Amino acid sequence: MNIPSSIWTLLIGVGLTLISLWYGQNHGLLPVAASDEAVLVDGLFNSMMTVSVGLFLLVEGVLIVSAIRYRQRPGDNTDGPPVFGNVPLEILWTALPAIIVIGISIYSFEVYNSIGGFSPHDMHEPVAQEATRMPGAAIAATLNDSPAANLNQQKSDEARQDPATASVRNDNQIPQKQNAPGMGVVAPTLGASSDREGKPPEMVVNVTGMQYAWIFTYPETGVVSGELHVPLKRETQINMTANDVIHAFWVPEFRLKQDAIPGRQTEVRFTADRVGKYSLICAELCGPYHGAMKTQVIVETQQDFDNWMTEQQASASTALNQAVAAVDRTDLSPNEFLAPYTKEMGIQSEMLQQIHSFHH
Amino acid sequence: MTQAQLQETANLPALAEEAGHRNWRDYFTFNTDHKVIGIQYLVTSFVFYCIGGVLADLVRTELRTPDSDFLNPELYNEVFTLHATIMIFLWVIPTGAGFANYLVPLMIGARDMAFPRLNAVAFWMIPPAGLLLIVSLLIGDAPEAGWTSYPPLSLVTGQVGEGIWIMSLLVLGTSSILGALNFLVTILKMRVPSMGVYQMPLFCWSMLATSALQLLATPVLASALILLAFDLLAGTTFFNPTGGGDPVVYQHMFWFYSHPAVYIMILPFFGLISEVIPIHSRKPVFGYTAIAYSSLAISFLGLIVWAHHMFTSGIPGWLRMFFMITTMIIAVPTGIKIFSWLATLWGGKLRLNSALLFAMGFVGTFVIGGISGVMLAAVPFDIHVHDTYFVVAHLHYVLFGGSVLGIFAGYYHWFPKITGRMMNEFWGRVHFALTIVGLNLTFLPMHKLGMEGMNRRIAMYDPKFTFLNEICTIGAYVLAVSTFPFIVNAIWSWMYGPKAGNNPWDALTLEWMTTSPPAIENFDELPVVATGPYDYGMGNRQTVQVPLSDEQEPVLAAGPKSILRADPDPAVAARPEDRH
Repeated sequence: MNIPSSIWTLLIGVGLTLISLWYGQNHGLLPVAASDEAVLVDGLFNSMMTVSVGLFLLVEGVLIVSAIRYRQRPGDNTDGPPVFGNVPLEILWTALPAIIVIGISIYSFEVYNSIGGFSPHDMHEPVAQEATRMPGAAIAATLNDSPAANLNQQKSDEARQDPATASVRNDNQIPQKQNAPGMGVVAPTLGASSDREGKPPEMVVNVTGMQYAWIFTYPETGVVSGELHVPLKRETQINMTANDVIHAFWVPEFRLKQDAIPGRQTEVRFTADRVGKYSLICAELCGPYHGAMKTQVIVETQQDFDNWMTEQQASASTALNQAVAAVDRTDLSPNEFLAPYTKEMGIQSEMLQQIHSFHH
Repeated sequence: MTQAQLQETANLPALAEEAGHRNWRDYFTFNTDHKVIGIQYLVTSFVFYCIGGVLADLVRTELRTPDSDFLNPELYNEVFTLHATIMIFLWVIPTGAGFANYLVPLMIGARDMAFPRLNAVAFWMIPPAGLLLIVSLLIGDAPEAGWTSYPPLSLVTGQVGEGIWIMSLLVLGTSSILGALNFLVTILKMRVPSMGVYQMPLFCWSMLATSALQLLATPVLASALILLAFDLLAGTTFFNPTGGGDPVVYQHMFWFYSHPAVYIMILPFFGLISEVIPIHSRKPVFGYTAIAYSSLAISFLGLIVWAHHMFTSGIPGWLRMFFMITTMIIAVPTGIKIFSWLATLWGGKLRLNSALLFAMGFVGTFVIGGISGVMLAAVPFDIHVHDTYFVVAHLHYVLFGGSVLGIFAGYYHWFPKITGRMMNEFWGRVHFALTIVGLNLTFLPMHKLGMEGMNRRIAMYDPKFTFLNEICTIGAYVLAVSTFPFIVNAIWSWMYGPKAGNNPWDALTLEWMTTSPPAIENFDELPVVATGPYDYGMGNRQTVQVPLSDEQEPVLAAGPKSILRADPDPAVAARPEDRH
């Protein structure tokens, strides 16, 4: 039976599409999605995977079919047909990928917007606002170097209101980067999702990265922890900075990552929607023990979270007082100072000792 | 007469009497012959490839188990830093320069490069710079902040090692700039008069694009490194946040070079593949003009995508979107190349020898790296997988599945020209099979590792990732083993292989119109372009069947009238219809 090539092309096309659609949804490559944001990112990945599988099978298929069907037969030393190119085909395979990547770009843009990539908070320049209020002073205002215009400084000051946060951070010794007038935001954020725009987050946690630990402080209660506890389905904002080198806050199950950079205050907002314990990993090379710099995020019900918080407040109040006092005391070594926190995180003092010896 | 015979006959006056055999001592001297320098580049960088490969297997051995139990964590960081630095700056980039050195003057009918002494200077900067890095490992103070060397980390790890790293990279960067300048002038000014730019082999186009990138981008890396050196050694605070410096500025400057560096590492091998595929498919390259322009497009776009390496660090939201879109657009010219290679293969008469197998392997594995590249360009997904093994998988599919397979295709293809002897086909295929199996075993599981939550540059990891890591490690050992058939084959064939003759592949480009190995000054007289560089199959059939084509209209034609064809010189064209 002789089937025309156009039918074959159609059949292969349908087959490729079906396989791609199926695999794009059933690849099993991603861990569970435990935040509202993760669901959106997974949707984007699944559609990219669908297109990719089709393209991959097409390319490999052409290679394999060519290798079999068009291999040189023994004794045949003649050349193939003199095909030099074809403008319509070139246009086709220029236009198709262009359309696909524009489609992916638009989808990515949507997802990025939905997870709060265009946080309006950061786009408003305090400098510009002042300038509009004072007619004739526009030039002076843009040249003005007043600390009030420095968003990173503001965020840093705000976080330091909490004595626990102030005790673990050294950002008062690191000059905070100032945004350029106009569109230059030096510490970008993943802000509120589009439906929560303009509203403050339901909960704030300050995160400090240091070689090789994450320290979480809860400004509302003054609790200090080596693990991140967040209540289920409450929008949480993470304010982060780093004390020494660049670290990156990453929770694979939340699909969120943000660098914590000394001299900058970065933010991530997310809503956890699945109870469980997930790894919280430092994703930016920060030294020899970079691989050991990880802890847990514990997503729990509001009730469990409240219980945990009360427990922490009770048991840590003494430790906290000591820690706050330790800031002014020079007789404590960094290890002794960090001991209450590191113990909680399961880091042995020997390891800290080792790290310090590397560090110097 | 076949096309190759036509071209050979027209170029008989240019053919030298004797092949240019050289004394082995010449290769250890400051020689200004581009062919000597080309071999010096190729062999030196292959030695560094072996060193970098040993380092890679040390890394993989450490990662066989979740605990840090093979290398101490500090040494581990030194090893992966040196692995990346050596593979990038001492293997892939200089190998591209090596092929270009050897082939460009031959392909354009020149006797040498435009600046032969500068050429030798550029080469001789490489061995000391490489030795510096090796020495740093031997004295126990190697750089350990990753090949990206981000401050503040790079400022607080070992000062000596970091200083050596900066010094070494400055020397290598300078060598690269000098080489690029030389290629640019050579390609633009040294072609035989009968060769216009649209008659150049595609490898020359890709070297044009590569050299432009090297000239524009490398100085920015140099300035970043000099400022970093001041921070490191003189106590300035350009990038040190404690003094008000900005570490993110370093990232911008670093990636302004280092993303184009990715194209510096792949474009030459796009060019090599564009030579190898048509010759061994016995068919003209499909869409010559489109492939040539897409190299230039990649080169230009490559300059405006750098911040996609920084989606999680410190750039404003709108800038993330800008860099996402420019990065996505690079998929278009890259796609043109891939589809054009496939169309070249389709309907040909494929000589499935080692060179073509590696070239087809290149297309088949590079496409995986290309696809994951588009995924990484999508900001929300990149935020998840940035700095994970997904990125490690992506970059190795591009650089190993792309560049390295391209390099091997180039070795097998031009070995007869360079040495005058043929390589052994059987061991070539064994090498190919082991390489393809090894590379996919090593790098394919890394995609899943990264997405599941394994970050990169770590010596210890979550035990749940052990199984996939074991597979990766076995793959890395297979890759190590795969190199031996090649090394033995190359050495044995160089000494005892069967004689190749001047044009063993029946190719049309000018490097095959001289002796093997080429005479000292390449050609006795100026060679001529009697056929286009890819005019295969013209003797067979004049009618071609391509969907949507119409031979009457030049715009729609797929045959010899196609406007996408690289034409021969109309004055001396071997076929009457090409003369006018």
